[in-house]
Amino acid sequence: MMSALFTKAMKKEYTLLIPNMVHPHFNLAKEVFVNHGYTVAILENRGPNVIREGLRYVHNDICYPAQLVIGQLIDAVKNGGYDRDKVALVISQTGGGCRASNYYFLLQKALKKCNMAHIPVISLNLKGMEKSPGFTITPFMLLQTYSAFVYGDTLMALANQTRPYEVHQGQADALVEKWTAYLGSRFAKNRGYIGWAMKRNLAAICAEFAAIEVKRTAKIKVGIVGEIYMKYAPLGNNDLQAFLEEQGCEVCVPSVMGFFYYGLDNAATDRTYYGGRWGISLVTRFTLRQLYKVERMAREAMLKSGSFTVPMPYTEMKGLNRDLIDYGVKMGEGWLLTAEMLDLIHMGYPNIVCTQPFGCLPNHICAKGMIRAVTERESEANIVAIDYDPSAPRVNQENRIKLMLAIANERLEGQNTDS
Amino acid sequence: MITIGLDIGSTTMKVVALDGNGRIVHHAYQRHYSQINETAASMLKPLGDVVGGEPVAITLSGSAGMGLSQKLNLPFIQEVYATRIAVTTFLPSTDVVIELGGEDAKILFFGSNMEVRMNGTCAGGTGSFIDQMASLLNVDSSAIDSLAKKATQRYSIASRCGVFAKSDVQPLLNQGAAKSDIALSILHSVANQTVAGLAQGRPIKGQVVYLGGPLTFLPSLRRVFDEVLETEGTCPDHSLYFVAIGAALYPSQRSITLGDVVARLMRPGGAKTFTSIAPLFASRQEYEHFAARHRREALIECDPASYVGEAFLGVDAGSTTVKAVVIGGEGELLYSQYGDNNGNAVEFVSNLITTFETTYRDITLAKACSTGYGELLIKSAFDFEYSIVETMAHYLSANAFLEGVDFIIDIGGQDIKCFKIADGVIDDIFLNEACSSGCGSFLQTFSNALGYTPEEAARLALTAQNPVDLGSRCTVFMNSSVKQAQKDGATVADIFAGLAISVVKNALYKVIRSTDPALLGSKIVVQGGTFLNDAVLRAFEMELNADVVRPAQAGLMGAYGCALHARSEHRRAPRQRTTLTAEELKSFTHRSRTLHCKGCTNACLLTITTFDHDRRLVSGNKCDRIVDPASFINDPQTLNLYAFKQQYLASFKANKGKRGRIGLPFQLSFYEQLPFWHTLFSTLGFEVVTSPPSSWDLYLSGQSTIPSDTVCYPAKLMHGHIEALVREGIDTIFYPCSSYNIDEKKGDNHFNCPVVAYYPEVLKHNVPALKDGSVRFISDYLSLASKGFLPKRLLKILSPYYDITLAEMRFAASEGYEALEAYQQAIRRQGEVVIANARMRGWPIIVLSGRPYHIDGEVNHGIDSLLLQYGAAVLSEDAVAHHTVKTKQQVLNQWTYHARMYDAARWVVLQEDAHLVQLISFGCGLDAVTSDEIRDILHHRGKIYTQIKIDEIANLGAVKIRIRSLLAALKEEG
Repeated sequence: MMSALFTKAMKKEYTLLIPNMVHPHFNLAKEVFVNHGYTVAILENRGPNVIREGLRYVHNDICYPAQLVIGQLIDAVKNGGYDRDKVALVISQTGGGCRASNYYFLLQKALKKCNMAHIPVISLNLKGMEKSPGFTITPFMLLQTYSAFVYGDTLMALANQTRPYEVHQGQADALVEKWTAYLGSRFAKNRGYIGWAMKRNLAAICAEFAAIEVKRTAKIKVGIVGEIYMKYAPLGNNDLQAFLEEQGCEVCVPSVMGFFYYGLDNAATDRTYYGGRWGISLVTRFTLRQLYKVERMAREAMLKSGSFTVPMPYTEMKGLNRDLIDYGVKMGEGWLLTAEMLDLIHMGYPNIVCTQPFGCLPNHICAKGMIRAVTERESEANIVAIDYDPSAPRVNQENRIKLMLAIANERLEGQNTDS
Repeated sequence: MITIGLDIGSTTMKVVALDGNGRIVHHAYQRHYSQINETAASMLKPLGDVVGGEPVAITLSGSAGMGLSQKLNLPFIQEVYATRIAVTTFLPSTDVVIELGGEDAKILFFGSNMEVRMNGTCAGGTGSFIDQMASLLNVDSSAIDSLAKKATQRYSIASRCGVFAKSDVQPLLNQGAAKSDIALSILHSVANQTVAGLAQGRPIKGQVVYLGGPLTFLPSLRRVFDEVLETEGTCPDHSLYFVAIGAALYPSQRSITLGDVVARLMRPGGAKTFTSIAPLFASRQEYEHFAARHRREALIECDPASYVGEAFLGVDAGSTTVKAVVIGGEGELLYSQYGDNNGNAVEFVSNLITTFETTYRDITLAKACSTGYGELLIKSAFDFEYSIVETMAHYLSANAFLEGVDFIIDIGGQDIKCFKIADGVIDDIFLNEACSSGCGSFLQTFSNALGYTPEEAARLALTAQNPVDLGSRCTVFMNSSVKQAQKDGATVADIFAGLAISVVKNALYKVIRSTDPALLGSKIVVQGGTFLNDAVLRAFEMELNADVVRPAQAGLMGAYGCALHARSEHRRAPRQRTTLTAEELKSFTHRSRTLHCKGCTNACLLTITTFDHDRRLVSGNKCDRIVDPASFINDPQTLNLYAFKQQYLASFKANKGKRGRIGLPFQLSFYEQLPFWHTLFSTLGFEVVTSPPSSWDLYLSGQSTIPSDTVCYPAKLMHGHIEALVREGIDTIFYPCSSYNIDEKKGDNHFNCPVVAYYPEVLKHNVPALKDGSVRFISDYLSLASKGFLPKRLLKILSPYYDITLAEMRFAASEGYEALEAYQQAIRRQGEVVIANARMRGWPIIVLSGRPYHIDGEVNHGIDSLLLQYGAAVLSEDAVAHHTVKTKQQVLNQWTYHARMYDAARWVVLQEDAHLVQLISFGCGLDAVTSDEIRDILHHRGKIYTQIKIDEIANLGAVKIRIRSLLAALKEEG
């Protein structure tokens, strides 16, 4: 082991630094950790020094998300005002066949290079890799985090569908902040995670969003898919969502939970393709069935309010992909990415920005490799693939996105004159 | 109302005015040199005659128009979209538009299924690429056209980006290939790039229209496109102006007067929004101090007019410049010359020798030595006594300058070379990858583009107040970053300073991969023409936070090292001078011709240059069979495991079978698993047809169906292999997907990389013959890892098409596993043979560590035989990996192929005479993980780490330097 272990003794005194990937999910999940006795800071530091540190301490050909996340952690340690002897860094480890499983080790290497190997690194994964004695995810915590993410997905979807149309600007975002704070305070009291409390909260959230005064006009509807970090993190995708909304679009970003279902689901596929133990496959199938119940609860709340486009259940979305990319593609975002494109088109978001770090290996297959097939199947699809990279200039990215938007706009106007 | 379209591209600006009936009443075209506002104002003013004081509608377009439209509050239309509007209006019967611009390439498909495509961020093959190539040939861009018309043959030039192509073009120039042939080859690479990058499986046919600058100005380029597309396209009137026309056609409600627009254009810019870094000098004083310190570092010069006796000539024929020095017996500098080689280094040296010898008759040039790209050219042309690899030349000079130097960095026109010195021996070598050449020619290209000489640019950079933070990436990216910075209000000085800093960062963080510059060394010498730029020097010292030594003759150090070598060799082992004298040069002749070698099926295109009828230089050869038969090894498999593996795999031939034919595309996973699958299917009674060996032509045949232009070359080749099988008439192709590889129990997991695992998915959905079902493509998921499960799985996959029993399948699979095992055992046994032979000959052993598919000659470009030529035995990683036991690595060791590479590295460090060279496919993201880890393993035990990045580039120039430097360093180590 290269860097220090996060021990049980550290749990009380140390602050865990977690780079933010998606709002409001991470801010909600933070409270779950707090509830279980951890001190957590969700990192929001930006600015040129983040990527500078990343380039300095990480191999420059590694994926952009690794450079950003590691750069953000190191920048936070160096300049964030934390006590360097009292912080631990948290980084995700997917455990799949792509480079992302190595971020944990790259962060350790980076720390060693900047003489901070005494700072413990915690791997956040669901596969029991690289354990830390002071950091254990109990099933209870998992369940609570799951609920936090379901709330997060719901808030994100509602806000995205409301923001572009609101009469009084800022109401949707204010509502997100309000609920994030409220739910956080409930989580801190170990409440609001399950059952009827959750059902009531979800209903209230939907009702409040539905009550925001809006003026629905025909807008270009754009979906964002891609490598998970690039898709969600404004730090990674140069504030893509904000840019699109400035251009007068309504943006839909698929749910975060889809990715988790996909991860669990793949274990079952592996059993069919490569043999292996029944046990894992059975357990995951059972778990998924339980999780779908919560997903249904959130969907029903949205449906009931009557004002929103409700995302398809995961299992239906998965079905869309039949005969296209095989469910065996499980590295990175794998078949899920292709399915999400189809899902977005079905939901009325035929204009899609597909984001990936430059040189992303899985996306050669499941993103760029499938665009043609998706376009042939769904003629209204209008997809642009954008690569992100420490020095990929924004002006080029925006120009390509504008081309996609120009076509979208033409189609939108065509529809308006037809109707 | 008059409507005006203003198209502001990356290098030029176009304006078109249409009257109410859509007729063009005015059009103009101008380069803008990034002075966007000024140029726009000056181009709009003449329109006053057309419109008078009437209000007009103006729409902006083009990559640089976006920012301006915001500033002026005028409508903007995306340029590809504008082209579409213009084409639909004026040329409605068009099927496909190909438009090349300064930095963009676009294809538009019309008809019921409209599609528009633009090149991604990593793609050359555009106007500025042609400009870059033209300046390399030292001709005007338009001359490329007339040159190409005279061409008689074609070379293969990498088309991905300018930097790649440059490394193909430069050696051709140095070898004396005809400029006309190179010009044609450049145009072909542009066409190939466009087709490969943008067609993405959609056939380009019907009425094709060519638009944009390069296709307008270069009729030859249009002809090349016609040839590649097998069609006849047209270039309409106003082909430069379609974007501007489309913009003018774009409906806009807003009207404005010209005067207003011009006034807005001339309004001073807003606040600076680009990211800037600290200026190079805080004060004038600081600069004076810096300049004074460096002025002291210079070679001792001596007036040749007063010198009598022996002198030594050193010539460094670099990629863009030729440097020559003459030194006296004490190492004093008598004479030097530094000039552009303009593609003709021979003439330069010839003039130099003649001038020197006729002017200074009291000096005899005792010996001469050459180095650099043109090392062999100059040596054979003038019959020099010696030549050395350039890294060695730089070390010799640096050490003469600063005894005990422990780090040297040389940034030349096209290369960055850095070496660490320990105990008087080159300990580690870093050379830039073909993809990150942020070097001298890079700075020069930018200063020219902005209308300054490199010297002016350097001076300006020193005065910059807010240098732009441009990061450290390749030229293609940098172009756009510069554009963005300008848009954001950076001054030219800020940009030049930013570029100088980016060159330094590129060298430190991309080439040397240093994290703590303080660890480089304590005695650092910087050399190479680029360091004569004070801004670069200063940026380097700032980044290092240390003082370094820059000889005033920084650009001459390679040549100086050569001269020193000539002097010491002359003293060590005196021999007759052979270098041509001024007298002999009077009758000097040289003539080149090209022909295809008949030595083997490779049929290398050889350039043979003959000097004075008796000295011959052959280049373009991949082996020495013809060139140097004496050292050619006839049975390479005894010393080269790559050759052995190739032979072994080639022995799997098709046998007639009752179940019909089944095709296997021979790349990626099949490179290792061929014995398994071939045996399995043959046992089942299939006639197994393997696609032919990879070749450039095979690649071209499949390139139009590649959807992602940044995927690795082996994957791209797969499209060609499928195409070859289809053309062969195979109706069933078997190529399974597989998340998991063989489990050798040596790592944390046994994954394939995503590309190896799932590439069949890409083929299935992008290759027309597989999509439309005319060829059956079996690409289901399976893994060889579980011997028990595989037959069942395979049966399930094949049973819809064939009637096979489980017993048959089990038997066939066990035969397959046996064949695979036999192959792996054979590799290991042959590994022992190679090691024994190498030790008998006293040769160093190089583990050429890559993936199984790197033994494909089209992928490795013959690097294995090159090593053999240089007297090194070649092993593959899988020949030695089994010697080491499972160990925890400092990274997640989860890929089967990579685990072998770590294990091979751990074997190498235990052998005195073994070394490792890692092959990395361009675009292989996983190697960002493996290369650092392998470097660590080797360094930990004091071994030199060498990596070679390979792609579709066929030129081995940079590879040769790397290998020769490694071998020279090993020799020094003794």
